[in-house]
Amino acid sequence: MGKTVAQKIFDAHRIDAPAEGVSVIRLDRVFCHEITTPITINDLVAKNLDRVFDTTKIKAVIDHVTPAKDSKTAEQGKTLRDWANRHGIKDFFDIGRNGVCHAIFPEKGFVRPGFTVIMGDSHTCTHGAFGAFAAGVGSTDLEVGILKGVCALRDPSTIKVEVKGKLRSGVYAKDLILWIIRMLTVNGATDQVIEFAGEAVDAMDMGSRMTLCNMAIEAGATCGICYPDKTTVDYLWEFIADEFASKEAALAAYSKFRPDADAKYTRVVTIDAAEVEPVATINYKPDQVRTIAELAGTKVDQVYIGSCTNGRIEDLRIAAGILKGRKIADSVRAIVSPATPKIYSMALAEGLIQIFMDAGFCVTNPTCGACLGMSNGVLAKGEVCASTTNRNFNGRMGKGGMVHLMSPASAAATAIAGRIVNSPLFVK
Amino acid sequence: MKNFSGKILFLDRSDINTDEIIPAKYLTEATKAALKPYCLEDLSLPKFDPKRDIAGKSVIVTRSNFGCGSSREHAPWVLECNDINLVIAVGFARIFRQNMFNCGLMAVSLAPEAIDEIFREFSGGEAFCTTDLEQRTFTVTGSGKTKVYPFEVGAFDFELVKAGGWVGYANAKY
Ligand code: SF4
Repeated sequence: MGKTVAQKIFDAHRIDAPAEGVSVIRLDRVFCHEITTPITINDLVAKNLDRVFDTTKIKAVIDHVTPAKDSKTAEQGKTLRDWANRHGIKDFFDIGRNGVCHAIFPEKGFVRPGFTVIMGDSHTCTHGAFGAFAAGVGSTDLEVGILKGVCALRDPSTIKVEVKGKLRSGVYAKDLILWIIRMLTVNGATDQVIEFAGEAVDAMDMGSRMTLCNMAIEAGATCGICYPDKTTVDYLWEFIADEFASKEAALAAYSKFRPDADAKYTRVVTIDAAEVEPVATINYKPDQVRTIAELAGTKVDQVYIGSCTNGRIEDLRIAAGILKGRKIADSVRAIVSPATPKIYSMALAEGLIQIFMDAGFCVTNPTCGACLGMSNGVLAKGEVCASTTNRNFNGRMGKGGMVHLMSPASAAATAIAGRIVNSPLFVK
Repeated sequence: MKNFSGKILFLDRSDINTDEIIPAKYLTEATKAALKPYCLEDLSLPKFDPKRDIAGKSVIVTRSNFGCGSSREHAPWVLECNDINLVIAVGFARIFRQNMFNCGLMAVSLAPEAIDEIFREFSGGEAFCTTDLEQRTFTVTGSGKTKVYPFEVGAFDFELVKAGGWVGYANAKY
């Protein structure tokens, strides 16, 4: 019988099946950040198990609160830093070279089609954009991953989301994924992998595919997966050029991680891309989605452009394209956080940073910052933020605050108007 | 193995997320024990006051998709620090559920009808859940009534509960 992408990856990595429906798989990557890893490190030290399974497969970054904002976050950074140094983990990204984990690790070429990846972070599903199986886990799974390079997971079953046709102009991957989450609901894909397929996904660049896969967890999914294709190979080429004779050869090798034509899905959802409109969330669940048109006029206090969902160069280009020559509303505070130093440099070189600053944005260093309400833009009680992040949970960006999730285009337009507004109005 | 019986804390809502169970600002704590006072701090439910209602409870009964959102294992830990080792719900988010078993705790699903019945019959007053792991039953008592609910746990999950968690299991085996 035909196999899905995740089934093929599991078959290539399974080392044990401790019970019916459960597989222990070998890991190609274990990613770490300074919020969930230190407690794991401390536990390993306490158990006299302070070892790592492979210094080249573990990658670590300080990204959630950086620069450290107080003694406790400084301590978390130090724990991760000391651990990385003591074990000789080469790919450790500290301040000055650090960026949001799910942006910087792909940018460095760490994820390849067919890889297995875990991290103590729910948005690890982002890396499925490369045709990998990537799952967020808790600290205990992370601990075993670091120590043994294995993880136990339920054998994957998969929902296929097929997006037919083309997205309209002014409609982005963010709108599409919010549209999909509304259809699936917040737990509609629990214990499932989502394969994103169809013409609209094939047409997306890697940045957009990462936006799509990033929010798979918001429907409960273990991982979102896009099929490896020419776009994937082009993106990875600088990292894989010495592994393959040609791009065609790379594509041929990676194509074994595409699904079989007769793969079995628990559900197939078909979407007509042309019907998708610019949308944003309301209230406190990511499946509570309305069109921007329905929400037009909703006042906001803050606009935030950044995060692992939408802090990439493509996102900044789109937002800057709308902001160019304009000013944000007096009533609004606006913050942009390029997700990695490379993105920051590119944005500088392309003049985007100047556009943001001229418009009245505060430009911060690469960090998760306001996305999880730990630093750099925490909301006060009763405040509203238009944000390109991925979670609108009650209190997520600060106790008593409310977040409307939307695309960078809608967020930029909203910054100018001070109210939620349709971005096409602002496209010159 | 841990204790899986005790007084029930009823949380009558679906989609309770890990930010509500333990807000992100406490993720900087270096020890699990330090989390204890902040359990369910950001959960606003009618008639629920975390300061008053958590003490003395050992079992949570709730609706569907409990523990969605962030992967933070601080969510099971903060429950464990408050002596809550068992959550019974219609369903769980994957990472939360796995984190529970990885810590040797239990997250057990019952049919929506059974959960409805437990809320209807028992949530009005004090209620107690007695867990029989061998028989795989919960016996719920309260308001002068007693009902027995059979449950299932996967073979692998049960191994984790017996081993006290995944680290011990994996370190011995792989
Ligand atoms: S940007 Fe936000 S969602 Fe992404 S890893 Fe950081 S805190 Fe998590």
